[in-house]
Amino acid sequence: MDSATTSQNTVFARAVRVGWPIVRIISGAGGTALVTSFVTFAALAFTPGDPVSRVVGERATDEQRAAARHALGLDQPIPIRFLRWLGNALHGDFGRSITYRQDVSSLIAPRISTTLFLVVMAAVIIVVVGVALGAFGGWHGRWRPIISAMIGVGISIPSFVAASVLIGTFAVELGWFPTYGAGQGFLDRIHHLTLPSIALSLAWTAYVAQITMASVREEAGREHVETAVGRGLKPSLVFRRHVLRNASLPVLTASGLTVAGLVAGAVVVETAFGVDGIGSLLVKSVPNKDYPVVMAISMLIVVIFVTVAALLDLAQMVLDPRARAAGGRR
Amino acid sequence: MTAVPVSGVRLARISTAARRIDPILATAGVVCALLVLLAIAGPWIAPFPPNQTDVLAASQGPSATHLLGTDSIGRDILSRLLAGARLSFLGPGIIVVLSTTLGTLFGIACAWWGGFVDSMLTKAFNVLFAIPGILMALVAAAVFGAGFWAAVLSLSLVYVPYVARVIRSAALQERRRPYVEACQLAGMSGLRICSRHVFGNVQPVVVAQATVGFGSALMDFGAASFLGIGVQPPQAEWGLMVSDGRTELLNGALQQSLSAGALIVLSVVAFNVLGERLSDRTGAGR
Repeated sequence: MDSATTSQNTVFARAVRVGWPIVRIISGAGGTALVTSFVTFAALAFTPGDPVSRVVGERATDEQRAAARHALGLDQPIPIRFLRWLGNALHGDFGRSITYRQDVSSLIAPRISTTLFLVVMAAVIIVVVGVALGAFGGWHGRWRPIISAMIGVGISIPSFVAASVLIGTFAVELGWFPTYGAGQGFLDRIHHLTLPSIALSLAWTAYVAQITMASVREEAGREHVETAVGRGLKPSLVFRRHVLRNASLPVLTASGLTVAGLVAGAVVVETAFGVDGIGSLLVKSVPNKDYPVVMAISMLIVVIFVTVAALLDLAQMVLDPRARAAGGRR
Repeated sequence: MTAVPVSGVRLARISTAARRIDPILATAGVVCALLVLLAIAGPWIAPFPPNQTDVLAASQGPSATHLLGTDSIGRDILSRLLAGARLSFLGPGIIVVLSTTLGTLFGIACAWWGGFVDSMLTKAFNVLFAIPGILMALVAAAVFGAGFWAAVLSLSLVYVPYVARVIRSAALQERRRPYVEACQLAGMSGLRICSRHVFGNVQPVVVAQATVGFGSALMDFGAASFLGIGVQPPQAEWGLMVSDGRTELLNGALQQSLSAGALIVLSVVAFNVLGERLSDRTGAGR
């Protein structure tokens, strides 16, 4: 672009420069959600096993079958059925559950608060403990081997193993926590969900600690930090002002993506602890072939992940001028 | 480039490498080898058939006959652990072979052709990145029915983009090297350059990535079996055993869940450490 057009279009060009990455991030997230939901929908639609027989029974006549098929909208091609599902889903209508004979939305609504409660508790543990542990290990070289070893083991403990050990020791042997359920009311919920959130957060805490430690170490080795130390600034001030602040960006990305993935992790933990959230509902719905429920919860998990990831990209753009120039993450 | 200084540098490097055999790498390697050996020989060295029930000796603690006790229907836990090593390793093994093969092919294809192929494949990978492994396994179980293969194939698919991303960036570096152009000028086909030279040079990265991937696959496959959508009872598998042990857990008998869980954690630690050390050596950090 030559200089004459640039000066004419500065406002426009600027709007495009700032706006285009935002549009790209949002459309990328929307596209991902759309593609995954269509593929999942199509896969579930092609599954062997006819939902019609479950509605009208095995001994129905051909006319009854055809009528039921029409009433369920199953005589339409899959793309049309998908668009109808999508239109209804955007209005909060995910169809009816086959096993519970209830609206899927009325099954999900009471359970989602339990799941979110669990996820938020785990997220707090992950960010607080993970960042503290990683920053400590990254700044104090003497402790690094011990913390590295803790991270190495912690990152390798699957949530279902952690869950079993926690139930066996803290719930059964010591009796400090309940073995089952999600509890009622705020404090009771925290009491019930303490062990599940620890099981859920363990490996991810180690992961965030690992990223934090690597990032703090990298920043601590930079010239401006050495200069600051050389100028005689207090180490704690150098750490806060020059190391932690610069190290925060990769930590933010890593913990954000971790938290986004927690809803999927909650599937395993809720099952292990018998917590009645959307994750354990999904696990129960799979062998029952309750497709409306499977579809709705799967999409919820993907949409939450994609939304958080897009927000992270936007946050990164705001915080890091280099990412702004490059237009988004990769 | 003259031969003498190069060989001098080489010799110096080799001797320092020989002096510093990394003890952690060696330990991790030995533990991994032992575990793989266990997975192969497990069923033969098990003292009892893994599915033999003895109702009279159900839910027993450790004893001389049953070293780790018995489960709620009287099966010997040690025998089930030994026999279960096979499926616990076979699942993740197939996952790693499939995802590494596909991921390497796609990664090199992205780097070699660039442009449209690269951007399309990268878009597809970005979609796959948004699907957590366990969710893919659940949907696959809903579509194809729960079982070993549904879990293995769905998890393989989830792992492809992770491999492809790493291989793509490694192969891109190779693509820019002058020898590629030299080969092209010599009339070598793209396929031959990729398979002979580019693949050969990114191979250490592939191996390191596959080793770390095996650890994660072991965790995810175990989780699938734990949820009842992987290996099906009465077969023995560690994730399933952690789940089976939950009834005994409530009666205060930890052995089954704990021992199966400990073996999973030990295997994941060993393969993670091995993979990380290998990738440090190849200089292909994340």
